[in-house]
Amino acid sequence: MLFGFILCVLTLAGCLLFALPPAWFPPSITAEAVAWDGQFARTLWICGAIFVGAQLLLAWTVLRGRTRHQSNKSGTMSHGHRGLELGWMTITAALFLTLAVLGSRGWARISTGTAGKEVIDVYAHQFAWTFRYAGPDGIFGHTAVEFINDSGGNSAGLDPADPAATDDITAANLRIPAGRDVLLRLHSRDVIHDFFVRELRTKQDIVPGMEIPLELHVDKPGSYEIACAELCGLGHSQMRSLLIVMPAAEYDRWKQTR
Amino acid sequence: MEANTVAVSHRGLFSRLSARLFTTDHRAIARLYFFLSLGAVLLGTVLSLIMRFHLVHPTAQVGWFARVWPVGASGGVMTPELYLSLLTLHGTIMVFFVLTLAPLSAFGNLVLPEQLGAGSMAFPRLNALSFWITALSFLVLLASCAVAGGGPLSGWTAYPPLSAVGAIAGPGEGAGQTLWFFSVGLFCIGALLTSVNVISTVLDQRGPGMTLMRMPLTCWNWFATAVLSMLSFPVLLAAGLLILLDRLGGTSFFLPAGMLIGDEKIAHAGGSPLLWQHLFWFFGHPEVYIAILPGMGIVSHIIATFARKPVFGYRAMVAASFAISFLGMLVWGHHMFISGLNPYSAIAFSVLTMAIGAPSAVKTFNWIATALGGRLRLTTAMLFALGFVSIFVTGGLSGLFLGQPEIDAYFHDTYFVVAHFHLIMGIAALFGIFAATFYWFPIMFGRKLNERLGKVHFYLTFIGAYATFLPMHFAGFAGNPRRYSDFTTFDFLQPVMPLQKWITHAAYFLAVVQLVFLWNLARSIRSGDRAEGNVWESTSLEWCAETPGEVVRGPYEFGPFNTHVTEGRDFRMQNER
Repeated sequence: MLFGFILCVLTLAGCLLFALPPAWFPPSITAEAVAWDGQFARTLWICGAIFVGAQLLLAWTVLRGRTRHQSNKSGTMSHGHRGLELGWMTITAALFLTLAVLGSRGWARISTGTAGKEVIDVYAHQFAWTFRYAGPDGIFGHTAVEFINDSGGNSAGLDPADPAATDDITAANLRIPAGRDVLLRLHSRDVIHDFFVRELRTKQDIVPGMEIPLELHVDKPGSYEIACAELCGLGHSQMRSLLIVMPAAEYDRWKQTR
Repeated sequence: MEANTVAVSHRGLFSRLSARLFTTDHRAIARLYFFLSLGAVLLGTVLSLIMRFHLVHPTAQVGWFARVWPVGASGGVMTPELYLSLLTLHGTIMVFFVLTLAPLSAFGNLVLPEQLGAGSMAFPRLNALSFWITALSFLVLLASCAVAGGGPLSGWTAYPPLSAVGAIAGPGEGAGQTLWFFSVGLFCIGALLTSVNVISTVLDQRGPGMTLMRMPLTCWNWFATAVLSMLSFPVLLAAGLLILLDRLGGTSFFLPAGMLIGDEKIAHAGGSPLLWQHLFWFFGHPEVYIAILPGMGIVSHIIATFARKPVFGYRAMVAASFAISFLGMLVWGHHMFISGLNPYSAIAFSVLTMAIGAPSAVKTFNWIATALGGRLRLTTAMLFALGFVSIFVTGGLSGLFLGQPEIDAYFHDTYFVVAHFHLIMGIAALFGIFAATFYWFPIMFGRKLNERLGKVHFYLTFIGAYATFLPMHFAGFAGNPRRYSDFTTFDFLQPVMPLQKWITHAAYFLAVVQLVFLWNLARSIRSGDRAEGNVWESTSLEWCAETPGEVVRGPYEFGPFNTHVTEGRDFRMQNER
């Protein structure tokens, strides 16, 4: 009896948590992030309905079975029912696979090259972020591990002998222009890190030995926290930076004055 | 075996103790595994409480921290590296020494041979060897935290390069991480030997009349679990050897060229950090099912027994176990959606992952259909089995979010994932373990656990588990990353702190109510009600007083039979004509 009652209370409490959430998502700032919110809501409604249905069915089963036990009525016997089993298997399989197909629509992660995009190099290392822009010549200069000097301000490893590198801009915060396509090229020199901005509703691991592209297009200016989301060592929880989305004109001016 | 025990009891304490420890009797080995995982789960729980305390009081000075960890918490304030080493130890202990050992090694050994009418495991001495290798593995794991630099801080997943380049990547990444890999390697060997033993026993040692389709679902699920173990642990063993070669032998399986850690150039070249993730999760995902499948079997068995009804859809249950196992081998990539893997592959892994929902739904519906319309006897074992179903549904549903690569990209490595796997892998499997403990305690110790204390423990645990892990999903909604040693640096984490405090207090509650179980256990082993014979009016052979003879019927024959043999009874044992 008590168990059935607790299950009902619990189901109610689960629903109440969503009515009065103790924590929730930040606003979404890209078209992909808005689509993400839609797919999350679809999944939540389906899962919520299954949660409530299954818990209440379990509660009802227990309450009924308990009454039957006490009234000494004999139970109903069944070794199974193939039609029923096939039925609920087909329904759930169809439901879950539909979700999988719908969920894959937003998974457009294949990068289509650099043309027409603001390209920015992202360098993650224990336990800080460095961002590099091509500078006035529009060319990313040569970099190498040998030239890396964190205390000397050269975390990207710019080659002092390469004129294309000397005008490159490096910064500790990621500034991007609003309304333009941006391509981030993610690099790590030591361990695996992860570029996570909640408002983008996405994250991407940064793996040493690989250059991983991440494309974004943000229309609204604002400032958002960048967090590392892959355990990278003792400073993992301190690995913070900012994504600063600037009006395009202001961004261009900022790049020129650097 | 009985005669043996009597013979040695005349000798000294040492030989009596060694007879207990170096036994080849499968039930004695089961008890050794049970107590090893009990010790492990206590340690793992204490670690989690210390971590939960630190997360909400990151700057607190605690006197005894400084005494226990003079380096990691000098002055009583926990350092990030100490927190991360506790996190690694907690995960390793819980996944390997609790969730892998208790469901299969402890309870499988306890009753599998008798349920099959076999009398013993196929290889009794191999069985003892498995236990001793596993125990050694546990000691090496503890030692990994006692060496200079402290325990490893790379988590139970031990991703390279962090775990492969030595102490320059962080304290604990030196000798501690090396010993950790040795410990896991030893564990793999022990688990592999156990799986071979279980598979051989099921295939070769079944008693007369025990056809495969007359096996209790517990046996089917231990069998499926052992097959998964046999296929996945060798992969982890191989991966562990490769990474040890990277660490100690100068190879570069997992280390690419051009790395710079701190100020030190790494001389390795040509390896791939993602290779480790493939190998690890090729083991790691089946491991989830290794932890939960035995619980599913136990729950099916217990629900039928206490609902006094046949299992609804026995064949479908067997098929679903193997469908889950098979699909479980094909979905490791869903742990790597955002790892830098080719994005196209995510679609395949996603569809296969979501497909696991179908056999899981069959299981859930069939459990409910088994109980539905039954005359329920709400023993503690039955309550834990029903609680398992509730938790399994809740924990499984969050998998439908994580199985979609797009949705996972936000939730990956947040507290949403922590809530998901603690419910589906941790709490659900623990409920299976608790159900099994209450159900088979008479076989383990000849006595019953106290039912009144058991029910108090169940209700408080059930409420505590939901109170801890249901709100935790919301920390994930807020994007709260996991494996952070403190939440002080980020502005967006400050509004989540009240929720984190709630979770910590709920975790305290959940841990404290386990004292009821420990008290029950300690009391009942010595002075619980004596229990002999078929305590729960079950149908399977482990409850036979004598050698069962020939098996003549399926495992779940409950119901109103009204024949002269079963007069006044609502069940027939498998060997009853």
